[in-house]
Amino acid sequence: MSHDKRTLEFYVLAAFFALFVLFLYGPLSAILILSFQGENGGLTFPLNGVSLHWFANLFERQAVGDFGGSFKRSFILGLMVMIVTVGVSLLAGLAFRQKFRGATALFYLAVASLVVPSIIISLGIGVAFQQIGFRPAWYTSAFGAHLTWTLPFGVLIMFAVFNRFSPAYEEAARDLGATSWQTFAHVVLPMIAPSLIGVGLFGFTLSYDEFARTLMTSGTFNTLPLEIYGMTTNVTTPVLYALGTVTTVFSFLVILATLGAIAYVGGRRPRA
Amino acid sequence: MTVALDRPVAVGKLVRRRRLSIGAVVPYLQAAPLALILGAFLLLPILMIAVVSFWDYDFAAMYPDFLTTNYTDTLGSWVTWKTYLNTLKYAAIVWALTLFVGFWVAYFLAFHIRTTAMQMVLFLVCTVPFLTSNIIRMISWIPVLGRNGLVNSTLVEIGLIPKPIEWLLYSEFAVVLAMVHLYTLFMVTPIFNTLMRIDKSLIEAARDAGASGWQVLWNVVIPLAKPGMAIGTIFVVTLVMADFSTVQVMSGGQSASVALMMKNQMSLLQYPAAAANAVVLLVLVLLMVAGILRIVDIRKEL
Repeated sequence: MSHDKRTLEFYVLAAFFALFVLFLYGPLSAILILSFQGENGGLTFPLNGVSLHWFANLFERQAVGDFGGSFKRSFILGLMVMIVTVGVSLLAGLAFRQKFRGATALFYLAVASLVVPSIIISLGIGVAFQQIGFRPAWYTSAFGAHLTWTLPFGVLIMFAVFNRFSPAYEEAARDLGATSWQTFAHVVLPMIAPSLIGVGLFGFTLSYDEFARTLMTSGTFNTLPLEIYGMTTNVTTPVLYALGTVTTVFSFLVILATLGAIAYVGGRRPRA
Repeated sequence: MTVALDRPVAVGKLVRRRRLSIGAVVPYLQAAPLALILGAFLLLPILMIAVVSFWDYDFAAMYPDFLTTNYTDTLGSWVTWKTYLNTLKYAAIVWALTLFVGFWVAYFLAFHIRTTAMQMVLFLVCTVPFLTSNIIRMISWIPVLGRNGLVNSTLVEIGLIPKPIEWLLYSEFAVVLAMVHLYTLFMVTPIFNTLMRIDKSLIEAARDAGASGWQVLWNVVIPLAKPGMAIGTIFVVTLVMADFSTVQVMSGGQSASVALMMKNQMSLLQYPAAAANAVVLLVLVLLMVAGILRIVDIRKEL
């Protein structure tokens, strides 16, 4: 509503929105502050001095399990999931632009993948691997389990992108003599690049934070979220907050890097 | 799909003629990776669960069989029914709260923020926490809600309450609060998406015809926002129905959900029992989603 004067409705809703943002970020900033708790401080305010004690604690192996190893596994797994999600979603998005047998069934299968409770997927893959005789591992069974969560997001995003994509650009390229591959690489791909980076961000962060699907499928070695989940029951020191701060800062850096990449890719070409 | 259909007929023919030789198999090749992955890691495991739910088991292993005891045991138990009711109760409460909060946040972003850039910035502000760890976001309530947490100590300090409130953390209240915290964005995004597509001239037309602010909201905006609400509902309801970690962590083990019951059975290696519960839960969730999908065609909304 493009009135010039702000209405009362605006101020009420703006206050509501501000409260919502406070609700989202308030608790997160509480653990951010408390992770700098002094050596003798506890899990709640007030701060009993300021120290980096709990961050140092984080890197002592026995204190919190295998933080370094689980972080490395989650990071690599996130990258694997990201690459496959981007590639497979792009191909599926291209497929859905044409008519093919089973298109509707495949689409609803992707939607089903989104709504099937994650613990059921975890259990199913765990039992299936056991029966077939494969050993579950984070890079096989957990990898597949994560893809059932990231792929539907990727496919739905690509579906939405191609729904709005005018075929006129490709027709123009073809009329100018471009081959199918040239049309794709020089016309379609640059235009959808920002969306693809977005899909990649989803793939990485959803995998990096996922644990319900990893529960039965990670095999011998834990991923980071499983490690943190285990800590919630048996760690009663602010080292838990230090871990929370480190992973959250890492997530923020990933998001910032992605936004930077999108801005860079988007800025290189004139707006269509 | 709609793009392909909307294409002028002549162009469609041209494309088809040029691609006829290899064109027919291309979409199948492009769709194959998705179909293979979902087949291997979604369909096969669900089939496996359905099969195993009829198997026999003891403390050490599972034995192929065709028993219905896993189902009769779980459905014959009062605890199971109570757990299902409790899970449905969480779903209903969290759904109502996220719908309310999600709608007004989306409405504010779509109708009260004037520039697209500002809209995107504020939308990102809402999105960023969603991309960080769920467990950390749960844990972050401990210093806020705990016995000596921020809320309690503030309330005691200003003399509003004589001693700390016990039910703020490790209670059903905490579970609901954390779920709203975790899942509201799933409501905001689809509703924001539908609101952004509402033609503003519709609203001006309603105004010109003499509708009041509430009438515009009730008779124009909300009906047009229904598809977004339906998609958000699918997300929130399925996430709450599948939740075990929030219930476990935030209730301190004092509340139960179906998925938590399954997880406990799994940790006792009672896979066939967990599988029977999985089948019941899956049927329930799919029925709920099918019900919602009757109201909205997802493909049109993307």
